Amino acid sequence: MLSENMNFYIDPSRCIGCQACVQACGECDTHKGHPMIHLEYVDRAHSTQTAPVVCMHCNHPTCAKVCPADAIKKTPDGVVQSARKPRCIACSNCVLACPFGVPKMKSDFELMMKCDMCYDRTSEGKRPMCATVCPSQALFFGTQEQIEQLRPRSKPVNEFKFGREVVRTKVRMMVPIEAAIEHIDVTAAMDAQTTSRRVRLNVVPEDAFDAMSASLFEPELEGSSQ
Amino acid sequence: MKFLFRKSPDAGESTPQWAKDFPINVEEDNYVARRDFTKFMVLTSFAFFAGQCWIGMQNVIRKKRGEPAMTAIADLKQVPVGTVLPFSYPGEHDPCLLIRRSETELVAYGQKCTHLSCAVTPQVEQLLCPCHEGCFDMTNGRPISGPPRRPLPLIELSVRGGTIYATGVQERTV
Repeated sequence: MLSENMNFYIDPSRCIGCQACVQACGECDTHKGHPMIHLEYVDRAHSTQTAPVVCMHCNHPTCAKVCPADAIKKTPDGVVQSARKPRCIACSNCVLACPFGVPKMKSDFELMMKCDMCYDRTSEGKRPMCATVCPSQALFFGTQEQIEQLRPRSKPVNEFKFGREVVRTKVRMMVPIEAAIEHIDVTAAMDAQTTSRRVRLNVVPEDAFDAMSASLFEPELEGSSQ
Repeated sequence: MKFLFRKSPDAGESTPQWAKDFPINVEEDNYVARRDFTKFMVLTSFAFFAGQCWIGMQNVIRKKRGEPAMTAIADLKQVPVGTVLPFSYPGEHDPCLLIRRSETELVAYGQKCTHLSCAVTPQVEQLLCPCHEGCFDMTNGRPISGPPRRPLPLIELSVRGGTIYATGVQERTV
């Protein structure tokens, strides 16, 4: 059973794209050597900024709701498990339905596989593989007190909006503490354009950014953006 | 037995029936209601009881039917050494093979493979079922390789005055 006060925090702005999490995840034999973490480029054409994507472990998991074979289950500690092998029919419904794009269809095994927060480790009090290797701690596993102490300028948010659908998750995303936001609007960033080296997507409202102190961004970086 | 005494997790009033039948949470998924468990036990016991009755009835019917009648199959001259003659015994739909292995050795087996009832075909010293490559020994009808585990039924033969008669069937298990 996962300890109640242990949480997973993702801070994409700290990600340096080193792929250590992907390698560490792939080494685990509970998912047959396949990495269950994605390392996504935010906007490959303009920036090298990457963002790690692990399962967010929704309170009401869409993947499990759409599963026609009843193969995806959520444990009492809030971890959404990978598909059960005897049940999964490899229909890819969950792959299409997940708002975060987490589940992966392994057609070789005819099985959906996804991040289960290293349940074999975390249920024994250990940290997930990716969080143990992340050099910049963009993936952090620990208590609320620890993260507050380590990241005084950030705060965790676990509410996401996809249009009118609100998704609450077990995994938290770190946002600037000055941004007075309660949720991350994911679909609003769909058509967002990045400028120069600065990656800024409309995931948080624009006025929230304006309210933020200019010290968050280096002045020279501001000047270089056209 | 802990699950028998656990309180039913409340899935909520607004939850539709299909969602209650296939819950997402492991706790609700593993929950077995006392009534469902009792129903399962009663029905399973009844199925076992009915099965036993069925087996008993089959035994009685088989005993009542008695031994199959002695039937003439062929003349000894019709089966030269090293040949095989197909025939039916005891009924029309019970195909058998009569095999003359030498001047004195005459054997007959049911032709239905004991695995899935395909017809076995005679090969050199073996009877081969082509469906799943099952092999039977030609001398005693016992399985050599492949999926069949039981030997072919042995047809008891007797030769009187140059005619071969089938006198009975030995259904063997080992």
